Amino acid sequence: MRSQEPRSTSSCAACKLLKRRCGPNCIFAPYFRSDEPKKFAKVHKVFGASNVSKILIEVPEEQREDTVNSLAYEAEVRLQDPVYGCIGAIALLQRKMVELQHDLTLARARLALYAGTYSAGIGYTESDRFSMAALGEFPVACGGIMNSFSQTSYQVNQDAHLYDFTQIPYI
Amino acid sequence: MNPGRCAACRYLRRKCPPDCIFSPHFPPNVPQRFVSVHRIYGASNVAKLLQQLPSHLRAEAAESLCLEAQYRIEDPVYGCVGLVSSLQQQIQDTEKQLAKTRAEIAFLKSQARLSHAALEGNLLDNAVNINFSDHQSFHG
Repeated sequence: MRSQEPRSTSSCAACKLLKRRCGPNCIFAPYFRSDEPKKFAKVHKVFGASNVSKILIEVPEEQREDTVNSLAYEAEVRLQDPVYGCIGAIALLQRKMVELQHDLTLARARLALYAGTYSAGIGYTESDRFSMAALGEFPVACGGIMNSFSQTSYQVNQDAHLYDFTQIPYI
Repeated sequence: MNPGRCAACRYLRRKCPPDCIFSPHFPPNVPQRFVSVHRIYGASNVAKLLQQLPSHLRAEAAESLCLEAQYRIEDPVYGCVGLVSSLQQQIQDTEKQLAKTRAEIAFLKSQARLSHAALEGNLLDNAVNINFSDHQSFHG
């Protein structure tokens, strides 16, 4: 007599794509819902179901959702940019970071200059002809304004060196 | 055993044909590169990906695959995406710092302009007062 086992009507996206029965212990089921078929399709195309399964088994259960999401992101980016994938995105972000650090260093140096000349009571425009005595009353006011800013605003960023992104980080 | 096999064919224990897709990018002296990509992507997926690219782009693709595979081995949960997130956060923080610093510069500049204008007003008043008192003393 044939088994009266009911057919599963809730196969996960992985088992649907792989055309196999989705068992109760399917490792993909919690993370690849049947209403998100493209997510697994992309991950499968880049990594392969077998490799994804091995990666998921390797990580603690509470971290599997994050793992799947990062794999899905990586697969998406690789499919959009088959040559560089996420490495291309990282390179762009690193370049952006270097530019921003440079801008910040310049801005802080400029701020220090303004703050220095302002507190000294020295005008900063070329047409300035007022003496120190004429501006004597202002340093007190300047001190009050300066105190409202955080101290770090006037320090050139000590960490303005280039970040070493060649080292593999461990988040 | 063919000593001229690439790292991929050695690992896969097969003959390395003259047109092997892996051979230019996985030399036999660096076997770990292929071990990493095979572990994360599988040989078949790597081959398909390289085959679909023009030959002049395959070296870059192989290199980026090796890097990403290495990131994933070191960090199975986030892989290189962890670095992407970290960079995005750093960029956001730095942009905020830059905006704040620029606002501070703008504030100081406006304060300096106001001070400058006030001083000019004071000096003018003083000059007018002096002229007036001179006039008074002259005319008795």
